[in-house]
Amino acid sequence: MILKNNYFYLAVAAILTIAPMFFGEYYVNLGSQIMIAAVFAASLNILVGYGGLTSLGHATYLGLSAYTSAWLFLKTGLDHGYTAIIAIAFTTFVGAIFGWISLRASGLSFLMLTLALSQIVWGIGYRWVGLTNGDNGLSGLTRPTPFGWDLENSTNFYWFTLIITIVCLFFIARIVNSPFGASLKGTRDQDKRMSALGFNVWKIRWISFVLSSFFGAISGLLYIYFNKYVHPSVMSITSSAEGLLCVIAGGAGTLAGPILGSILIVLLKNYVSGFVERWNMLLGIIFVFIVIFMPTGMVPGIIQLKNRLFGGKK
Amino acid sequence: MQFWVIQTLNSLALGGLLFMLSSGFALIFGLMRIANLTHGSLFMIGAYLAAATLREGYSLWVAAIVAMVGVAIIGGLIERFILRALSNNSQGQVLATLGLSFVAADACLMIWGGDPIPINAPEMFRSPLQMFGFMFPTYRLVVVAISVVIAIGLYLLMERTRLGAMIRAGVDDMQMARAVGIPASLLFTVVFCLGALLAGLGGSVGGPMLNAYPGLDADMLPLALIVVILGGVGSLIGTFVASFIIGFVYTFGIALVPDLAYVILFLPMVFVIAFRPSGLFGTMKA
Amino acid sequence: MTIALEVKDLQKSFGGVAVTQSVNLQVMPGERRLIIGPNGAGKTTLFAQITGDLLPDSGEVFLYGQNMIGKPVHDRAHQGMSRTYQIITLFAKDSLAHNVVLSLLGIHKRKNQLFKSLPANDPLYDQALELLDSVGLKSQAHRRVTEISYGEQRRVEIALALAQQPKVLLLDEPLAGLSRDERVLVADLINSISKETAIVMIEHDMDVALAFAEKILVLQYGKVIVDGDRDTVVNDPKVQEVYLGH
Repeated sequence: MILKNNYFYLAVAAILTIAPMFFGEYYVNLGSQIMIAAVFAASLNILVGYGGLTSLGHATYLGLSAYTSAWLFLKTGLDHGYTAIIAIAFTTFVGAIFGWISLRASGLSFLMLTLALSQIVWGIGYRWVGLTNGDNGLSGLTRPTPFGWDLENSTNFYWFTLIITIVCLFFIARIVNSPFGASLKGTRDQDKRMSALGFNVWKIRWISFVLSSFFGAISGLLYIYFNKYVHPSVMSITSSAEGLLCVIAGGAGTLAGPILGSILIVLLKNYVSGFVERWNMLLGIIFVFIVIFMPTGMVPGIIQLKNRLFGGKK
Repeated sequence: MQFWVIQTLNSLALGGLLFMLSSGFALIFGLMRIANLTHGSLFMIGAYLAAATLREGYSLWVAAIVAMVGVAIIGGLIERFILRALSNNSQGQVLATLGLSFVAADACLMIWGGDPIPINAPEMFRSPLQMFGFMFPTYRLVVVAISVVIAIGLYLLMERTRLGAMIRAGVDDMQMARAVGIPASLLFTVVFCLGALLAGLGGSVGGPMLNAYPGLDADMLPLALIVVILGGVGSLIGTFVASFIIGFVYTFGIALVPDLAYVILFLPMVFVIAFRPSGLFGTMKA
Repeated sequence: MTIALEVKDLQKSFGGVAVTQSVNLQVMPGERRLIIGPNGAGKTTLFAQITGDLLPDSGEVFLYGQNMIGKPVHDRAHQGMSRTYQIITLFAKDSLAHNVVLSLLGIHKRKNQLFKSLPANDPLYDQALELLDSVGLKSQAHRRVTEISYGEQRRVEIALALAQQPKVLLLDEPLAGLSRDERVLVADLINSISKETAIVMIEHDMDVALAFAEKILVLQYGKVIVDGDRDTVVNDPKVQEVYLGH
């Protein structure tokens, strides 16, 4: 379902923009976190929802981008503008290579490869202490000051993140609704048929992998700017699984799905960690529950409900 | 020179453990087309169960049996209640096993705490063997011996028993096997339990080498994946050979270039995927 | 005149069983070619080697003089070869119009556009509607594939293939599983295809197939037993033997 009503989007954007005026700093920061998760989930959704390729290693791209930016800042003192470009370029490059490797296989082997590659990067993050500072992580970072804007202020950072998020989601929506997007969805549904129709299925998938890692890299930058600290655990399989859960819970293959899923998961995580130490266990249980009982996610469920209540196209 | 001896034996022992871990994974994947991401957790649960049994004063052999049976039961429950609800949805099954691995990891943390629990080798294997002027860590030899026995046992199971024939038929062509009257449901449960049992055995036998600690599952699972990808699905020999290759690569990697050990693990896998996607001995593309 | 599709000495074995044995085939531009044979004769395997889904052990396949062996499957559409499938492989959750649009995109340079949109009023959709009209399904254009009948789905399959204006069209049992009426509709459709397209068809329905074919290739156990026009094939003793009891 594509909400064609542009006024709806403008209204949402307007509400989100003025929201910080009414909420305290804690909630403003929560809002930023949700948006970072939404960009991460939306980037993964290109691959999972629209490409039909489930990846368990997406956190690698968030992590690589965050680490690259942090490392460059700490070791070379380069300006944030430059470190951002290098971080995104490097991460997308790694995405291109990992995509090439992973796409040598298909189906479950593809999944296992993304997992194995991701674990290897995670392992390097922990072990290569000389480069990454291992278990201590990298700290002592600052937020950028684009055009002199002070992002240490939570509300300013929230608006900065909001702008970036809207831009990213806009471009992802464009890609998904373009002829390329149509071909990508085609390869998800009937890949042999697509080959027979003249599409280079491998190339389409590889490009979607690269796009996915590109937007994932952007979420990594937002992540490190927000936290001003990065630890190898951000590249763990738990991290990838959280992103995947946001996509699936919300509804893979829809534009709103990853956003709704991120809202749910981030709120849950924040709320739960106040009471219970067992976030991992809850994450696991939710995973199993969603996969068995709500495999298409919330958005299709909501659409069905809307149709039932208000009539509409079957 | 003593260094090389120790590392070689460590490699062989790790290879043996990897074989116990990966053969289970490969069996489950080959027959049921399920990438069981809970497999690392099962290995870890095996180690913890062994540690718990040892604490009660029993020997490691009893502990190993407890681990095998306990993990096999857990495997059976997983297969019956969760995986069965997702039949024909291989992606769903993978994601469910992923979710379960988180639950398992946190459960172990809750039950046994965050500190590693040491597991001691049985008394008789604690002193090193002296041969040809070198000292051989005895327990490592025992692990290798056990893995060889398991390998032979699995081979005989697959080639000489009815169960093995049914498994091989199912791996080759599940639809046909069903048509011929092979009880698929029962077979799936049996194989999953067998795979889990092997993982549990690996975890307990490997206890004196690796101990039981949170994160053991995350350390072992990618190794199993690499072994299965390298060795090829559907090939017992492939899993066997690949287990030892990875055992050597990992052990010497950690010993010689600890920072880059993961990168070195990387290389054989990349090589294989690039030039032989079906693995070294694979009979089918995974 | 260049041969539209030529198969030269094609060989394929699966572990000791020869499924394609020295098969030769020549299809001229615009020709109506039929491939028949009992079950297991290797018709689908032959097709698969022509479409690139299967690699032969030896032999060549030429499309207007270009060797296709070893080239990726997706090259063929660009060289003018289209096909339909025996088992319907349409994009089930999409509209008929969208299905045809995908086919049009397959050989269109617009398929690589990442940032231009593909709205419902795009010229490609207009083209799709025209194509659906030519197969008599324009009124259903906005319905989903899952909502139309099996016979209609078959016609959509053919529309997808025709959308690429192929020079060689491969039809894999286009009449399989259709009711009597549906068969007439689809057969009429096939018969109305322009003479610019050579058609190679595998089919079991003898009435329709024989009426349609100009030349017939008869396969048995992977080998060609007769290759000739209708009368030659129908009167051939080997063919009568093969089909005795059918």
